[in-house]
Amino acid sequence: MAKDQWSVAGRSFTSRLIIGTGKYKSFGENAAALAASGAEIVTVAVRRVNISDPKQPMLTDFIDPKKVTFLPNTAGCFTAEDAIRTLRLAREAGGWDLVKLEVLGEARTLYPNMRETLRATEVLAGEGFLPMVYCVDDPIAAKQLEEAGAVAIMPLGAPIGSGLGLQNRVTIRLIVEGASVPVLVDAGVGTASDAAVAMELGCDGVLMNTAIAEAKEPVTMAAAMKLSVEAGRLAYLAGRMAKRRYADPSSPLAGLI
Amino acid sequence: MKRKTAMSLDGSAGVTINGERRRVAARTSLAQLIAEIGLDPLRVAVECNLEIVPRSTFETRLVEDGDDYEIVHFVGGG
Repeated sequence: MAKDQWSVAGRSFTSRLIIGTGKYKSFGENAAALAASGAEIVTVAVRRVNISDPKQPMLTDFIDPKKVTFLPNTAGCFTAEDAIRTLRLAREAGGWDLVKLEVLGEARTLYPNMRETLRATEVLAGEGFLPMVYCVDDPIAAKQLEEAGAVAIMPLGAPIGSGLGLQNRVTIRLIVEGASVPVLVDAGVGTASDAAVAMELGCDGVLMNTAIAEAKEPVTMAAAMKLSVEAGRLAYLAGRMAKRRYADPSSPLAGLI
Repeated sequence: MKRKTAMSLDGSAGVTINGERRRVAARTSLAQLIAEIGLDPLRVAVECNLEIVPRSTFETRLVEDGDDYEIVHFVGGG
């Protein structure tokens, strides 16, 4: 089979799994999970340096930004202005224009504020950023983001950190069918089968953090996610059988004794 | 908004870094300030009074009285 790659904003990747770097017990465990996952992109957050203890270990000591694509995110931002400010700093710190935009609406659900998200997408695209955008699983909102300059649409499968799995396959599928940029499920994956479901629906990839970081054995779960994303993708490419209401025997009826 | 601090007699500047007040010697460059804190300038980004400071200007930019700095880096996140 030909090499199955996907591209976002002209950059090609082989792995369709993007992993986060939050909530791990240690940077070492994070790096081991990354290796097991085969991911080529990791999300990172931008935060104040601790100026009273600047010699603390840093993420970049364990995960090399020259080997892995860092995708700076705007987690924790509740307004377009905060998100834009954060990403301008991220671009200055690392030089990356491919970014993950998320503008949250409230702490309880961490649901995106789509009005602010759309506004931030327009501004960032205008400043030359390539925003991959976390959004609601709404096919109309997805189209609007694409028009605003999103280079990838990243609908939630379920609330961030909930591990509930894809709650609405119908809308995720509608987004995939309507999009002309990559679609990645971002948030809500709890276990390997959830990732496979996203890929079987035709998504270009899956982004997850907590499902791996909070597994009892994160490195083993990272390996499971790698396999499930690959399996889901292959099943999508293979084209699943049609569903029937009743049984259909697999062995021929002719020649029965 | 730029915070106005009374100029000290020795010419040192009163600045805010990540929300903490500090005094720095007169004519300190931003590169010197970053080194004084103990940071690697290649791994941080700096904002001064809400404006990004390009890394290429760290050496030449002088710290001024009342400057409000945000110094950030990448940490783990989802």
